[in-house]
Amino acid sequence: MGFDTAYEAISEESDSGHRWAFGTGFTDPLAGVDTAVPAGIDGADLAAYCLMLGDDALILSHRLQQWLARAPELEEETALANIALDLLGQARLLLTRAGRADGSDRTEDDYAFDRTEREFRNVRMAEVTDVDFAGLIARLLVFSTWRLALLGRLRESADPVLAAVAAQGVNELTYHRDYAAGWTIRLGDGTDYSRQRMQAGLAAVAPLAAELFVPSAVEQRLAGVAVNPEDLRPEWDAVLAQVLAAAGLDWPEAGWPEAAGGSGGSSPRGGTVGKAGRDGVHTEAMGYLLAELQSVARALPEATW
Amino acid sequence: MVTTLGETTLARARRVARSVPDPELPMLTIADLGILREVAIAGTRVVVSVTPTFSGCPAIAEIRADLAGRLAAAGFADVEVRTVLSPPWTSDFISPEGRRKLTEAGIAPPRSRSEVAAGPVPLTLTAAGPRLECPVCGSADTVRTAAFGGTACKDLYRCRACFEPFEHVKEI
Ligand SMILES: [Zn+2]
Repeated sequence: MGFDTAYEAISEESDSGHRWAFGTGFTDPLAGVDTAVPAGIDGADLAAYCLMLGDDALILSHRLQQWLARAPELEEETALANIALDLLGQARLLLTRAGRADGSDRTEDDYAFDRTEREFRNVRMAEVTDVDFAGLIARLLVFSTWRLALLGRLRESADPVLAAVAAQGVNELTYHRDYAAGWTIRLGDGTDYSRQRMQAGLAAVAPLAAELFVPSAVEQRLAGVAVNPEDLRPEWDAVLAQVLAAAGLDWPEAGWPEAAGGSGGSSPRGGTVGKAGRDGVHTEAMGYLLAELQSVARALPEATW
Repeated sequence: MVTTLGETTLARARRVARSVPDPELPMLTIADLGILREVAIAGTRVVVSVTPTFSGCPAIAEIRADLAGRLAAAGFADVEVRTVLSPPWTSDFISPEGRRKLTEAGIAPPRSRSEVAAGPVPLTLTAAGPRLECPVCGSADTVRTAAFGGTACKDLYRCRACFEPFEHVKEI
């Protein structure tokens, strides 16, 4: 190839893909990667774990994409688009890994577009809507601090594919967390009004934080492959404390994650009879999000683009 | 396609693969960028291994197509492009030649990364970003204006000496 014009590139007959514009010829993101499940690891559990981490990334990415054309400044819009793209890339790798691990050979699209709400395994923090930009920043701070701690440990996973996805993701999440921390400090240490909005953002996200640290049955069975989310608390606590101190903000007392026990703790949004996102139990926001995310694929099931 | 006299099949395949430009940083080849990991011959098949810069890099599909196309034009009908995830790409893989080409194009190249420790990643709370040399005038009086740029691998800077804005390839 090596085309002189874009038209030549998209009209090239030898092109076996279905490209109509730059970047649309999406191919298998794990093409050529050895995706054999290592001995001693249960493929179905591994697939379920990949879906959890993949769904977290996919769903938050979609929420971030909804901010495009709504962000307060062009630079912030670009930042949110970049973060969304990183997370979408992680989701593509993880969902593809899931389909290989359980032998079903389902593709990333099968998982993203053909599952019902109860089949999604993301933490509910990924799916909720944001009241304002400060609310988004609070959520991004809490989520990316948690995911960075998680991926940092996942680099040691007994599954080489998960370990490689995590190693790449650590570099990306480092930027996401720094971005959220920077804005938390600007808003918290800004005017009285910006501080109030930032504090309100933390109050909105706090009740959903407990769920991040509750190990699911799958994670417990996958010791050495998966990260036990209970182990993430010290790092998460330390980073949150550092950022909030610099911002002059307080973590909402009532919403502080419980040290142990059910995923809900004392929070009214902590879960439904002990079940939450990892069990497929979601908030009202999730149905609306999926309706939008899946609308084109459901209307045109055979379409390629 | 000119064939250098005496060039082996492998050397020719390697030369063609190394010439593929990166779609987002077209002044660099994929060899300059350090994402071309290996070119090998297996029977009549050319096996090219590439690694994505970012998990969500949309350019990787274009690179795969371009590799297959250029190698086909050079007489290699059977081409397999493999994705390699480990070790992950970092900006340290950009060659000295690649860094020179970036500067020539007005883009500040990445500095070498500090060693990645195994433990928790430290938080960075300074918004200004690393001090860079302006690729236009060479002044060190530069400031970061945005941590995320037009592509995933770059951020935005401004020079306070010559007032030119410029892009910088992130240390990642
Ligand atoms: Zn300058």
